[in-house]
Amino acid sequence: MKTKRIVTNVIYHIFVIAFGLIMIYPVVWMILSSFKVKSEILGANATFWPKQWILSNYPDGWYGSGNLTFGTYFKNSAIVSVFGMIGTVISSAMVAYALGRVNFKGRKFWFTAMIMTMLLPGQVLMIPQYIIWNSLGAVGTFIPLLLPRFLGWPFFIYMMMQFVRGLPKELDEAAMIDGCNKYTIFTRIIVPLMGPSIITTVVISFYWIWDDYMGPLLYLTKPELKTVSLAIKGFADVQGTNFGPMFAMSTLSLIPVFLLFLFFNRYLMDGVTAGSVKG
Amino acid sequence: MQKTASFHKKHKEKFLYRDNTVGYIFAAPFILSFCFLTLVPMALSLYYSFCSYKIGSTPEWLGLQNYINLFTNDATFINSLLRTCQYVIVGVPLKLIFALLIAVLLTKDTKLQGFYRAVYYIPSLIGGSVAVALVWKQLFGSRGPIITALKAMGAPASFSFFGDTSWAFVPLVLCNAWQFGSSMLIFASGLKQIPKDYYEAAEIDGAGVMKRFFSITLPCLSPIILFNLIMQLISGFMTFTQAQVITNGGPNYATNYIALNIFTEGFSYSRMGYACAQSWVMLLIMAAVTGIIFKTSSHWTYYEN
Repeated sequence: MKTKRIVTNVIYHIFVIAFGLIMIYPVVWMILSSFKVKSEILGANATFWPKQWILSNYPDGWYGSGNLTFGTYFKNSAIVSVFGMIGTVISSAMVAYALGRVNFKGRKFWFTAMIMTMLLPGQVLMIPQYIIWNSLGAVGTFIPLLLPRFLGWPFFIYMMMQFVRGLPKELDEAAMIDGCNKYTIFTRIIVPLMGPSIITTVVISFYWIWDDYMGPLLYLTKPELKTVSLAIKGFADVQGTNFGPMFAMSTLSLIPVFLLFLFFNRYLMDGVTAGSVKG
Repeated sequence: MQKTASFHKKHKEKFLYRDNTVGYIFAAPFILSFCFLTLVPMALSLYYSFCSYKIGSTPEWLGLQNYINLFTNDATFINSLLRTCQYVIVGVPLKLIFALLIAVLLTKDTKLQGFYRAVYYIPSLIGGSVAVALVWKQLFGSRGPIITALKAMGAPASFSFFGDTSWAFVPLVLCNAWQFGSSMLIFASGLKQIPKDYYEAAEIDGAGVMKRFFSITLPCLSPIILFNLIMQLISGFMTFTQAQVITNGGPNYATNYIALNIFTEGFSYSRMGYACAQSWVMLLIMAAVTGIIFKTSSHWTYYEN
């Protein structure tokens, strides 16, 4: 009986690890390819492990797109993602507090509006929103990508709202007796307790904005405003077969997301699952 | 004088601390975005969908002409609708089944559970990026390792994913299914909430693994399956980045999904009114599909209380 259990356990771990390797194979392939000479990446002579490790793909890619370097693109991506993430966290937490905790007239209506907006795909609004930003002269600036982030993001509002609802109401009452008002309850009681859902929002909104392609494609029309996503795509279009530098820049572009994930992994797994779906 | 000032102050304070005031102050960001970034654009889009409109020009009223053209005179649009449906019908169930199976697999309590979940979540973290789309393009390309492996296993020498209209959608569906991580985490949290004694009772009654999965796990998870299904359907219908970067709609429009088609109509051909009409048709189709799913969901979802 005991040996049987050990055998099933071993089979389980082998299976999970093997399948996990298949899952991350594309990522590993990309990273290894960024250290290969061109002939080893694709075609009949391709090898999985580089025969000859080279680093030159990195500078070739970094300086490879005309007179702007990837330094500019990384800076732009950082501006859009960091400020966008901060805006998302602050505004979504505020709205989550209003919808989850404050009993105001019309709350039901705005809750429904929020759910509808969450289910409405952005692509449907792509053209009219572009027309509006264009008439305001904002195309070719960061404004169309940053401003909306300070106005709440329904997905995160919903997630944080579930979390706020889970906090005991007695806390608010106790704080009221101690002299807090509805504003200081938010800053002193609710926000500190929202930790896990705030971390989840930080990580997920950061990588969604960092990975976003359609937004920058529409609005960042000037070369010096391009984000990394756009720049890599441009690189691939212009130097279609120069795969080594392309994969080198792709690898670099994923590093910030990986780092954030490594730091917050534990909280993230709990946050997503705690707030996601209940009722 | 002083008395009225303090009265005013008190009154003002009261106003500021009323639930209605607090609620609207905190909800203000969303209310603003809902009005100006959702309602106004939707109204504009509806209006333009009845017009011929190009940026910088004045819209010219056409009545229903755009909609009539879409269904009687535009093979590209019909094709893109059908291709989108193909992508959704194959891709969404595949992704959900995958997410559920892995979630069940990872419920086993081991020390490595957290590590395994993190590894399986990595694709979702980066899967939507251009970097991964470019990797996918080469990975499944005619000289990439997948084709090389398939040929070594006996696929015909002329076989290619991106050169063949009936195979081109397969890498895109796989790229989507590969990012099953967030659905998996949501399933995992649902699995955690199923009471353990259900399984114990079933085991005593002699129910096997399969029987337990189909009569306990699936019914208990059904509300979460509904949630994941709706979320994945919506994002599936509107897939853009992968189709634009990996195949750019080709070969011969085989992966020209609706979001890509709308983008091309609006921004490459500057037919914004026509593109808005397409958005509305797509939105109505999606609303109908989600509506039907919600309506029928009472028959197949199970709530404990």
